[in-house]
Amino acid sequence: MALVSEGADLAATARPDVRRSHAEPSVAGVEDYVALLKPRVMSLVVFTALVGMMLAPGGLHPVLGFTALLCIAVGAGASGALNMWYDADIDAVMTRTARRPVPAGRVLPGEALAFGLTLSAGSVIVLGLLVNVVAAALLAFTIFFYAVIYTMWLKRATPQNIVIGGAAGAFPPMIGWAAATGEISIESIILFAIIFFWTPPHFWALSLYRVGDYARAGVPMLPVVAGAEATRRQIWIYTLILAPIGVAPVLFGFAGFVYGLVSVIGGALMILLAWQVRTNREGPAAELAAKRLFTFSVLYLFLLYAVLLVEDGFGIAWRFA
Amino acid sequence: MTEPENDEGIVLTEEQKRRRRARSIAIALTLGALVVLFYVVTIVKLGPAVFNRPL
Repeated sequence: MALVSEGADLAATARPDVRRSHAEPSVAGVEDYVALLKPRVMSLVVFTALVGMMLAPGGLHPVLGFTALLCIAVGAGASGALNMWYDADIDAVMTRTARRPVPAGRVLPGEALAFGLTLSAGSVIVLGLLVNVVAAALLAFTIFFYAVIYTMWLKRATPQNIVIGGAAGAFPPMIGWAAATGEISIESIILFAIIFFWTPPHFWALSLYRVGDYARAGVPMLPVVAGAEATRRQIWIYTLILAPIGVAPVLFGFAGFVYGLVSVIGGALMILLAWQVRTNREGPAAELAAKRLFTFSVLYLFLLYAVLLVEDGFGIAWRFA
Repeated sequence: MTEPENDEGIVLTEEQKRRRRARSIAIALTLGALVVLFYVVTIVKLGPAVFNRPL
């Protein structure tokens, strides 16, 4: 694909000259290795996995629950490191990512790869041995899906990259559920589906006003290859699918009244903001609408999961009373 | 990279030494935490049965 190879050439020339060979001493600090783990993504992964684990029937010993969350967090971090190893050329030309440890030359690509592979293997093995094999298999699949299917293949090949790649971000609650029960259920599939259908409107809203960055890096994001109009239509369609799925936990009986209220109002606001994105096509109004949808989408997902967690907590308190 | 003039090989700068030390401490703390985790999980999973073995 021409767009991708042009971007790759650009990336090669734009790389900073801060390079060292394996013979030279490392200049990486601990903070660089922490940055490789993408701590912000990791915190979201831990949060959604915790919700999946808490909602699951039956109890998991707190120590085993902590161990499962630790493994899921480290596995997520490992896939982040593998992503930064492979995407260093793209990261170097995007303003948001140019200062990451690999494109900045503080960590060698080989070091990031070894770090990612070691943590991947470690997190999966420990989760399998100490918690259960189903959760470990799901974690291994998630790391493979993010590092290989998304990062190495889809991201540079298709504008549907984040739709399918979004599955990697949607797996953590399912892993949390599997850690507690040892199985996959309709409830955990709904938790998966909420994040899966939330991802496209969320990232496409961001890409609408960051389109220049992605074009420079040669990443075929939807607005780059299909245009802003097609992106707005796709955001609208995915939001219409997302809103009812957001309410599904009530219909399947694992969420209560408060969740129902939050998911209906939140879903309606998502649809309203997506409609504003669709109808404001030019100028500052278009950018403002995209930024509003992006910002609210973060709050929407957080609220859905937080309310599920709080309701579950009250449920336990109520049962004990 | 130019060849060092003496036989001492690569001499680390103070900054490189400081960062290497920080990395070493981080690895040590991680390994220590893993030892504690495996110990605690063993007790949790086996409980009193941890002593139930042929001597």
